[in-house]
Amino acid sequence: MDRRACLLPVLAIAAFASAGRAQDSAGGQTSVQVPDEGRAVYEQICQACHMADAKGGDGAGARIPALAGNPRLADKDYPVTLLLKGRGGMPWFTEILTHRQMAAVVNYVRGHFNSFPGTVTEAYVDRVASAPPPKPDCMTCGN
Amino acid sequence: MFDDFEAPSRRDLLLMIGRTGGAAAMYQAMTALGHAAATRFTGPPQLSGARPGASVLVLGAGLAGMLAAYELSKAGYKVQVLEFQDRPGGRNYSVRGGDRIVEVGGATQTVQYAPGNYLNPGPWRIPHHHRTLLHYATQFGVELEPFIQLNHNAFVHRHDAFGGKPQRYKELAVDFKGHTSELLAKALNAGQLDSAVSKEDKERLLVAMREWGVLDKSDRYTSDLHVAAQRGYDKAPGGGVDGAPTSAGINGLSDVLDSHVWTQMGFYFGSVMQTTMFQPKGGMDMIGKGFYREVGKLVRLNTRVTKITQDDHGVAAQWTDTKTGQAGESRADYMVCTIPATILNQIDIQVSPAKKAAIAALPYSAQVKIGLEMKSRFWEENYAIYGGHSFTDQAIGLISYPNYNFFKGGPAVLLGAFASGAGGYQLAGMTPEARIAAALEQGSVFHPAEYKAEYLNGASVAWSRMPWIMGCCATWSEESRATHYQNLVSLDGRIVLAGEHASYYGCWMEGALLSSTDAIMRLHQRALAA
Ligand SMILES: Cc1cc2nc3c(=O)[nH]c(=O)nc-3n(C[C@H](O)[C@H](O)[C@H](O)COP(=O)(O)OP(=O)(O)OC[C@H]3O[C@@H](n4cnc5c(N)ncnc54)[C@H](O)[C@@H]3O)c2cc1C
Ligand code: HEC
Repeated sequence: MDRRACLLPVLAIAAFASAGRAQDSAGGQTSVQVPDEGRAVYEQICQACHMADAKGGDGAGARIPALAGNPRLADKDYPVTLLLKGRGGMPWFTEILTHRQMAAVVNYVRGHFNSFPGTVTEAYVDRVASAPPPKPDCMTCGN
Repeated sequence: MFDDFEAPSRRDLLLMIGRTGGAAAMYQAMTALGHAAATRFTGPPQLSGARPGASVLVLGAGLAGMLAAYELSKAGYKVQVLEFQDRPGGRNYSVRGGDRIVEVGGATQTVQYAPGNYLNPGPWRIPHHHRTLLHYATQFGVELEPFIQLNHNAFVHRHDAFGGKPQRYKELAVDFKGHTSELLAKALNAGQLDSAVSKEDKERLLVAMREWGVLDKSDRYTSDLHVAAQRGYDKAPGGGVDGAPTSAGINGLSDVLDSHVWTQMGFYFGSVMQTTMFQPKGGMDMIGKGFYREVGKLVRLNTRVTKITQDDHGVAAQWTDTKTGQAGESRADYMVCTIPATILNQIDIQVSPAKKAAIAALPYSAQVKIGLEMKSRFWEENYAIYGGHSFTDQAIGLISYPNYNFFKGGPAVLLGAFASGAGGYQLAGMTPEARIAAALEQGSVFHPAEYKAEYLNGASVAWSRMPWIMGCCATWSEESRATHYQNLVSLDGRIVLAGEHASYYGCWMEGALLSSTDAIMRLHQRALAA
């Protein structure tokens, strides 16, 4: 279930999240808004790690994987599940992105940086998200 | 020798209990004797009597790794540490003029700060109750100075409050307190809370609201000299003929609520955010350097671990020297692995499926810090702000003023962003130049006349793009804690994991040290039992 309408500021979700995440900056809440369009979501969120060209990059014996030309994205559920649950260094995005935004960015990544057929809808993300979103567990975070 | 019969002091008693009953007993006793239960620290681990020739391989020379190396070698183990970077300390990190910051993807900055100036891109403040950290800092001669956490004279800004004009924290906080006190007093006076509080408590609460909220004779929060004595005057008290002060106005409740000032007021109540806080003189990395003075000879820098194995006889790490390309392997009887989970998840490591699942269940947050060097200390000279933070709802989150060299003039480095959440990702996704431009634009809201005019140079650290961690700190969820925490920290054959991520004190140096202490005590027991 999408818990909010599009384009509500990020702090709106903070209210839903547990006390540990009441602040999205150390000592306050920002009003930063993430647009709904797939390309914009990519540039404002995913690019922080996967790079502007979606080619990722090398770390210390590990890498941020490329999303461009990535055969694993043929399976629509794969990126959707990662956005909902995270894995390894890849964060979950249930506190920052709506299901609509997740669908949009998955379509952008699968279509623009790859050429896989098929689109993901908001309802599709709702279905994959059968379990409740992760609840952050840290009472001492936010330094 | 009647002296011998002196009653033992509380400290003697604790030491005695500690020696006979171990750390757990001492902890219980301390709590019972009224010491704060804010930390688990009961003194450094007392390890001794390692079997002759027994060896430990430590991966990562952050604080967790270096504590392990220090205490284990003291206990008699042969220790070697492998570290990917060309410097020790890990996230305990400061950047200064001449330093290079290289990101995943290749973007490179060369820091331009003047000598003596620095940015702490990671840890920057130490709570007074982080006893483990304070213990080692003092032991290694690291000089600590106050970190100015709460500054009443700094600003709070929201784009949709007060027409976007920043307000002084003291004005908003005093107004918030005053208005809520007035409302509670009103409800009490109207008898609306009679079923909730006793008659006696009602009277005391009314007194409290009047005194604490600075209400007037009719229990209203209004502008007068008593209120001005907290939030500031129109004309401050002076000397001589014209010395009498005049009060300033107050803000209406609705405007105050627009500012969300309660988020800052609440923030300062957090046990890890309460004053007194400290920072090392000269940069946070003085802590890592302190450890390194003790264990430096055991550490192999520029060494990227690529594979970790174990069998009945010992452990091995395969590595590549990042400078020479030379490949190698290090062996030992046991291993303490402090490599962050982001990286470890992609390294071939021979541990149980349950531990692998635990490592894979730890996504990392992604903060950005930006340090701006300014020609002058205009925030001190023009605004009377000495240390502390001004908060904003823009992506940068806050700006924070340096806590050292007060009154000394410029150039000085202020923290121009401590961004997380969506704002952190936005800034991390930019080029270093674009980050600085955004930080200058957003930070100008606080000091419009000076911010861009006084700017000299800047440097940013986007944690998600630091090659050796690809993130900031481990993020646990309630579910992952329940499913994976014990599997993450358990001793797996001859390997134990340690670090900030393997603690309930995530994203604090104290957590890294407590995790390491616990890990090496278990490893030592295992080694003695073998
Ligand atoms: C933005 C930010 C703000 C923070 N603020 C505070 C604060 O105010 N106060 C506070 O107490 N704490 C704070 N922290 C948390 C603190 O920095 C950490 O908890 C602590 O430093 C972690 O220590 P560690 O030893 O567990 O990990 P690290 O210091 O990360 O050590 C791990 C080491 O492993 C090395 N490594 C990685 N991959 C490999 C490989 N393949 N081979 C060999 N070595 C490898 C790394 O280079 C690194 O040196 C903050 C952290 C961040 C990022
Ligand atoms: C904080 C850094 C970070 C951000 C931001 C981020 N990712 Fe990732 N992502 C990673 C890392 C690290 C991995 C590899 C995880 C692992 O170890 O398995 C990854 C893996 C992935 C994968 C799996 C790739 C593969 O080959 O298995 C997909 C798909 C993905 N990310 C999509 C996205 C999308 C879409 C966004 C934006 C909404 C995003 N990521 C934002 C760090 C990030």
